[in-house]
Amino acid sequence: MSNTLLDFMIVSIALLAIGIYGVSVKRNAIRMLFAIEIIVNAANLNLVAFARFLPGSEGQTFALFSIAIAAAEVGVGLALIIVAYRMYKNVDIAEFRSLKG
Amino acid sequence: MADAVFLAISIMTIGSAIAALEVRSLIYGSIALMGTLGGIAGFFLLLDSPFVAMFQIAVYIGSIAVLILFTVMLVRRQLIFTKIEDKRRKYAGIGLMLIMMVGLGAIVIGSGIKSIQTDEPPVDFREIGEDFLIYYWPALILMALILAASVIGALTLARREDVTNEQHTT
Repeated sequence: MSNTLLDFMIVSIALLAIGIYGVSVKRNAIRMLFAIEIIVNAANLNLVAFARFLPGSEGQTFALFSIAIAAAEVGVGLALIIVAYRMYKNVDIAEFRSLKG
Repeated sequence: MADAVFLAISIMTIGSAIAALEVRSLIYGSIALMGTLGGIAGFFLLLDSPFVAMFQIAVYIGSIAVLILFTVMLVRRQLIFTKIEDKRRKYAGIGLMLIMMVGLGAIVIGSGIKSIQTDEPPVDFREIGEDFLIYYWPALILMALILAASVIGALTLARREDVTNEQHTT
């Protein structure tokens, strides 16, 4: 195998940084969900990469768990976005005023 | 050193991740997100874990991307194509991104991870099945319950008809 663990980790770090940029800059709720998905995928990539290079199969098992939980999270997140869109007729999170304390 | 397939997949993954966040239209953004998720599945294939790759394609590209596309279509047309963001906040976000990349990259490169090599055979999917059914079966049942609860919760949230906003009506 010609690719080292470091290569996969660098890609994973790049994806994590892009995701954090998206979460901190974007105000569109759907785009924030995109950014969260990118972060979750960076974590999964790390899990599987370490599972390949260290002995044991637990990394792949945990990655499968993580993918399933992420699916649940996206379902609930999109339902919340739809409810908020019905209330405010907007997906800009700065407009969701009654969520403020 | 990385080979050509790895480089191609990583350029596609990172490029479409940036496109997913920066393209003006949300529909093209969600299609670019599909590119990112598919690229990650390609990495899983390169890492000799085809089972996880198939799971990734089935769950992410098959269901999540379609779900996101349908949600985007429910939103008003004008909102799909407008981009709302602060210029100063954007520059601060880019700075944060670069700091994270350089900082974490320096930590990882300096940590001696480079010397890790492997000559073991890849994990068979039978081992993953044994893991699931022998060691992690309580977690598997819990995950099934969480998925069922989240589906029911999402349905009840999205079906509510009585959602009104007092601040807008008054």
